[in-house]
Amino acid sequence: MKIPKKPVLPMLIAAGILIFIILLMQPFTILKFGDKIGVLFPKGMIGYEQRNLLFIVQALMLLVIIPVYVLTFMFSWIYRADNPRGIYDPDLVDNVPAEIIWWGLPFVMVVIVSVLTWIKTHELDPYKSIESKNKEMTVQVVALQWKWLFIYPTEKIASLNYLQLPVNTPVRFELSADSPMNSFWIPSLGGQIYAMPGMTTILNLIANEPGNYRGSSAHISGEGFARMYFNTKVTSKEDFDTWVATTQGTTNKLEIKAFNNLALPSVMDPQIFTLEDPELFDRIVNKYMHH
Amino acid sequence: MFGRLTLNAFLHDFVQTQAVVGMVVGAIALVIGLTYFKLWKTLWNDWITTVDHKRIGIMYIVVVVIMFLKGFTDAMMIRLQQMLSVGDSQGFLDAAHFQEVFSAHGTTMIFFVGMGSVFGLMNLIIPLQIGARDVAFPFINALGFWLFASGALLSLISLAVGRFSGAGWLAYPPLSSLQYSPGEGVDYWIWIVQIAGIGSTIGGINFLVTILKMRCPGMTLMRMPIFVWSCLCAVILIVLAFPILTATLAMLSLDRTIGTHFFTVDGGGNYMMYINLIWAWGHPEVYILILPMFGVFSEIVPTFSEKRLFGYASMVWALLFITFISFVVWLHHFFTMGASPYVNAFFGIATMVIAIPTGVKIFNWLFTKFRGRVHFTSPMLWFFAFLLNFTVAGMTGMLLSVPPVDFQVHNSLFLIAHFHGMVIGGVLFGFFAAFTYWFPKFTGFYLDERLNWYAFWCWLSGFLLAFMPLYMLGFMGATRRLDHYEAETGWQFLFIVVFIGAIILFCGAIIQFAGLFWSIYNRKKNWDHTNGDPWNGRTLEWSIPSPPPIYNFATIPTVNSRDPLWEIKHGGSPPAKKEYEDIYLPINTSMGCFIGLFSLFFGFAMTWQMWWLAIISFVAIIVTLIIRLSSADKHKLITAEVVKKMESDQIRSQKSYG
Repeated sequence: MKIPKKPVLPMLIAAGILIFIILLMQPFTILKFGDKIGVLFPKGMIGYEQRNLLFIVQALMLLVIIPVYVLTFMFSWIYRADNPRGIYDPDLVDNVPAEIIWWGLPFVMVVIVSVLTWIKTHELDPYKSIESKNKEMTVQVVALQWKWLFIYPTEKIASLNYLQLPVNTPVRFELSADSPMNSFWIPSLGGQIYAMPGMTTILNLIANEPGNYRGSSAHISGEGFARMYFNTKVTSKEDFDTWVATTQGTTNKLEIKAFNNLALPSVMDPQIFTLEDPELFDRIVNKYMHH
Repeated sequence: MFGRLTLNAFLHDFVQTQAVVGMVVGAIALVIGLTYFKLWKTLWNDWITTVDHKRIGIMYIVVVVIMFLKGFTDAMMIRLQQMLSVGDSQGFLDAAHFQEVFSAHGTTMIFFVGMGSVFGLMNLIIPLQIGARDVAFPFINALGFWLFASGALLSLISLAVGRFSGAGWLAYPPLSSLQYSPGEGVDYWIWIVQIAGIGSTIGGINFLVTILKMRCPGMTLMRMPIFVWSCLCAVILIVLAFPILTATLAMLSLDRTIGTHFFTVDGGGNYMMYINLIWAWGHPEVYILILPMFGVFSEIVPTFSEKRLFGYASMVWALLFITFISFVVWLHHFFTMGASPYVNAFFGIATMVIAIPTGVKIFNWLFTKFRGRVHFTSPMLWFFAFLLNFTVAGMTGMLLSVPPVDFQVHNSLFLIAHFHGMVIGGVLFGFFAAFTYWFPKFTGFYLDERLNWYAFWCWLSGFLLAFMPLYMLGFMGATRRLDHYEAETGWQFLFIVVFIGAIILFCGAIIQFAGLFWSIYNRKKNWDHTNGDPWNGRTLEWSIPSPPPIYNFATIPTVNSRDPLWEIKHGGSPPAKKEYEDIYLPINTSMGCFIGLFSLFFGFAMTWQMWWLAIISFVAIIVTLIIRLSSADKHKLITAEVVKKMESDQIRSQKSYG
């Protein structure tokens, strides 16, 4: 074999430095962007629980990943072909105890994560109401081409591409669409769920800190889908009630005709409405049901 | 007459026009070149009509290289657009065109680069490793290639005529329904994937039978090289999964053309069924891509550690385990569709279970190096890069498999980083490793090691830079497929970093491309003088000359262990006897190419709804098939005398060259 010798040690060191630099980028990014990293710095209980679960699984996985990395570098160095002191044992091709260890180790890890997954998947089921001393409120969400319509059935108002919520109040989102499938996601509050035409899905979230959080569609739904972002403004209960009262006073009315105009493909700025048709959401969901 | 096709279909924006012009100029240059060098006859006799698995394998690789450059260009356009299109700036692509670009990127990379490299490797290596002179169904194999090539050609045509689909690489309805995508784009996608997919199915059947029936005497299942085992698992998946794809696409195209209601929103259709079906194929598909690459590494690591593979039986069981489980995890692609926690938790846990056999494989590779003599040749460099990236991507895959975590990262760039870690870190690096490892076998000379060394560093550093920040971008709420975002998100800084990484990756690809031509130009210097065993190999393919003669093995070997060549070298078994015999080989046929061509017409006609052309080409396909299938199998004879002469000639030229 007339292959030029690779400098093994410089190679391993260079690869190590590369990985170190990439790892080092993470704390810098976190320091630079802070709260903008919604998934890591959530402002709602659900997002917080999901983040913690992510950290736990990550930590467990590192117990496997780190040894693999260490062994990769170690074996590459110790057993390099030109190491005069390397032990060479070509017949070492089977070792039952060793193999039991590496069937067993990932197995134990997977069992632990599985149990955790089973418990947490039930605990954080998006369909499950959130327990709180404050009364739950309902927001109906409709994905349109290419905007989000939020209907507040109790408050009899609606808003387009703008969502306002009171702090520390559990919110039950009922989602549907009059468009291709979208995914409703506010990273700072918690996980996403699909909004699908002719169907209803449920997502329960809660915001525990006032602020402005970006929400968007995480699933492609046609040309304007990148513009399907909205601001989620979380305020005190009082400020929320004030906003509701203002909105109720607006002359912009939402009934089926106005809705059909909104549903045409377009990109729009935020708007507010009074809800004229309390059955609007059900009408949208049942659009494809022929009687 | 021309269905939906009008002159408008030939009008494109500036960016696309450039691509079309480049493509047409390239095609003209190719035709002129072939004519000037008088290569048409060679092309027809030696390549287009061939049924030799080695030549078909090389043709697969050629298509892969072309499609890789196309897919990579798409990727660079995506990266450039996402770096530029912030706030007031709209970037250089409009939304519709951008969506076509990423849909084309995914389709190209999975169906043509991924599947092409898998089938290319299977064609080149499997018969040589199992000591066979041919595959089980040479014509079916050639036909599989030509259908694959037709699909690839149709996707290039979609660049020049009309528009491609903008509905993503899996074209979920309702977006891909007639209601929301009335144009020809989704039809292009359907027929590109349909034609290539049928090619994959029949190619898979051929290799399933080849592996089960064509092994040389003494090669029991548990003596097969691990690469063959991994391909066996992959073709089982192909044979079981691809029919699902074919049926799903057929239903989608019926919805779009004759107004059925399989996946529509109204009329009692159910688009969630499409998403289930497409992933019932799609998840096995990712294992179809990665399993053969696991096999590649299982060949390379022992060879360059001067050992045999550690834990062979474990490796086999791990492969079979993955094969089985890969069919019961598809739902993890849509935990967010609102299934009950019981369903989500079940599929989440099933997904995690795959980490066990995968972990076992990684430890077995590592302990193959243990107490070995590790040579850092090009293939081992790719293994090193694979291990570093694949483990990280595996870890993030575990995170994605936990439903509550998935809710927070699904459809974000975190997911993109994860699966690119799998397909670049796993499949692509595996293919690079295989390419550098087996290249001397089929050419007689090495690839340039120095250029590969530079390419390796470009790919390793470029990959880390281009994909690790995507994890953080995902955490920041950046979702996939965005053609534009607001400046306040703060994402642009990381998108710039990612673009720099992509440029480094592109340099790596250019160096490899240049390295290939440089190695061919410089072949005398890099000539392999070992008579076909440049790496001190262990398996049968290294026991024959390079490039292998048309009949592969002058004498069919008999094996009595897992590493037959290793045993011979270490005195475990006697050297193979040379007894020459008459060899019968199937003769060339142009039928495969013609059926491919008619399929191309058919796909084009269906896309543009030129019904007369569709009917004519469909009838032509059926008639050609009937003619071929009802004609007697003809073989050509190579007599023992000729075999003997060919063998000694080849050995002499191999040793004296360069």
